[in-house]
Amino acid sequence: MDARRPGELAPTKNVTKVERKSDREIVVTRSFDAPARLVFEAWSNPELFVRWWVPKSMGMTLRSCEMDVRTGGRYRLGFGDGMDFFGRYLEVTPPSRIVWTNEEGGENGSVTTVTLTETDGKTLVVVSELYPSKEALDADGGGAADALHETFGQLDELLAELASNT
Amino acid sequence: MDTAFSALSDPTRRGVLEQLGREEASITDLADRFRMTLTGMRKHVGVLERAGLIVTEKVGRVRTCRIGPRRLEEAAAWIERYQQLWDARFGELDQVIEELKRKEKSDGRKKTG
Repeated sequence: MDARRPGELAPTKNVTKVERKSDREIVVTRSFDAPARLVFEAWSNPELFVRWWVPKSMGMTLRSCEMDVRTGGRYRLGFGDGMDFFGRYLEVTPPSRIVWTNEEGGENGSVTTVTLTETDGKTLVVVSELYPSKEALDADGGGAADALHETFGQLDELLAELASNT
Repeated sequence: MDTAFSALSDPTRRGVLEQLGREEASITDLADRFRMTLTGMRKHVGVLERAGLIVTEKVGRVRTCRIGPRRLEEAAAWIERYQQLWDARFGELDQVIEELKRKEKSDGRKKTG
């Protein structure tokens, strides 16, 4: 875990973990070396938000960003060519919680819940994407996510079998 | 998640899956490649097959094995892409936050936003 090489100047690399919690939910977890109010600020101030939400590796450019970050407020991220991501903030509680809908997917859209928990000046960020159904998640992520879930079940069986054979 | 994968770190079993991911092979081929007895390899293949990770088909006297319907790699690749997106995103967020921290320090805790 703590494999920092001597002489390395970069701050400790915090690990991004992704877990499929259930048929309908995917959860991303990551720690930040900053108090929650700063993480919240970077998430709720549009000027700051646009600087990190669309990383270069995503291969997309954000053309416009409107965010009314308060409970009931709306947002719209434009990527040009009519490709917009939009929805509504269901809950905004500084500096610990932001919940929004993803409505570009129609009734199959997910609800994203971001929870910030500060401990000793560090903040644990948990992002949950909850879909209305298993099918909706599969359609968004590709049935592969489901296959993975199944595969893990298969692997568990396989391992149990291996263990009993030896 | 981790438990399942780390347990698959059994080199022979993972090797067989990787090998079959590249091209199909007979049990004899696999036994040769992994320096095992036919009986030993047959056992491994049987376990992998029952788990749905590979399928086998007997043509004449040769039983051919190939990757099964469980698209392990494809599935893992999707989660991996998702993980990479968030990791890249959070890497950028780190920089924004570092900047906020520096600004806050130099402003003497002046409230932003």
